[in-house]
Amino acid sequence: MLSPTTVIREEDFRRIQAAVDKLVRSAYAKVVFLVDKAGQLIAAGGDVDHLDTTSLASLTAGNIAATGGIAKLLRENEFTTQFHEGKNAHIHIQVVYNRVILVVIFDAKSSLGLVRLRVRKTSEELGQVFEQLSQRPLSPRDGAPFGELTDEDIDNLFND
Amino acid sequence: MPFINLVAREISCKIVYYGPGLGGKTTNIEHISARTKPESRGQLIKLATEAERTLFFDFLPLDLGEVRGFKTRFHLYTTPGQVYYHASRKLILKGVDGCIFVADSQRARLDANEQSLEDMKEDLEDYGLAFDQLPLVVQYNKRDIPGALSVEELRSVVNPNGAPEFEAVARLGVGVFETLKSVARLVFLELKKEQNTGPSSEPDGGSGR
Ligand SMILES: Nc1nc2c(ncn2[C@@H]2O[C@H](COP(=O)(O)OP(=O)(O)O)[C@@H](O)[C@H]2O)c(=O)[nH]1
Ligand SMILES: [Mg+2]
Repeated sequence: MLSPTTVIREEDFRRIQAAVDKLVRSAYAKVVFLVDKAGQLIAAGGDVDHLDTTSLASLTAGNIAATGGIAKLLRENEFTTQFHEGKNAHIHIQVVYNRVILVVIFDAKSSLGLVRLRVRKTSEELGQVFEQLSQRPLSPRDGAPFGELTDEDIDNLFND
Repeated sequence: MPFINLVAREISCKIVYYGPGLGGKTTNIEHISARTKPESRGQLIKLATEAERTLFFDFLPLDLGEVRGFKTRFHLYTTPGQVYYHASRKLILKGVDGCIFVADSQRARLDANEQSLEDMKEDLEDYGLAFDQLPLVVQYNKRDIPGALSVEELRSVVNPNGAPEFEAVARLGVGVFETLKSVARLVFLELKKEQNTGPSSEPDGGSGR
């Protein structure tokens, strides 16, 4: 069996985006983003205009996957938190609900201690959202159009 | 598991190119990157050794346009081929929605093809994915090589289940988009099935959605 599709609905999205935006403010972060473990960007907040968030999302997921692999070899469950210190920008990475990855980019305006503290709170909030979300797979009631896809729809995708 | 955002009306799918080392996986997505308008793709990221061998993965995000009002994103990944990268190769398969198996048509690579396919089955099973249920397309690459194996010979080894198959010369771009399009079709058909057979009564969360 393929694992079911992840579906983000309006209310989930609003809660996720609110949590991300709140974390930007409370942690004095430059950027916060949330990625699923397969590398899809879920939400982003802060100063993201000049950032290639798609690439960041994929590389972050790869990074977590790689350290997860290391953890397994060491019979650790997982390294749920990572911190990378740069000259100007620092990055804090946290696995939430074993399913999504919360990334905070910050500079000297904030501190690791503060970021850690705020991330803990946000993780709890997000954990609740994703727990509920995982109990609601894609259903005909979602009104998504994929149930009626025709061959023509699919052909059209590549034709431009 | 495709990722659907009903608010942004976006769907993202993960496609993985798998196959023996030096079979042409990276060449496939380089061609796709080169032939796609810049506004329809993101950066091609290659995590490679200095000798241009894929170390962890290559990544190319693509925008395929809209299907019924939904923006469609495909994230293409390639795996590293060498036997000793097995651990990292497996990581790339996490959350895969569709797979392209790039087989090398050179006679000397027949065993490597077979071994790689076995690895893929095992890796998928470790993630609880059944090999015969994953949307899969087989590409016979390097058809230009003199003395290439016949498609029949290759098929018996790497495509026993009769997945859609394409002959390719990735270096010249031959067959590259056809292969990708074919797996995209399978992924969407799978999604269609999932939506149509999804649970008719959701757990009542009382969220007033
Ligand atoms: N003759 C020939 N060579 C190819 C073809 N596709 C790829 N190659 C070459 O095979 C080598 C390995 O390709 P690469 O894409 O790096 O393989 P990967 O390890 O599967 O990513 C490179 O030198 C490519 O130029 C093809 O269709 N025909
Ligand atoms: Mg490669």
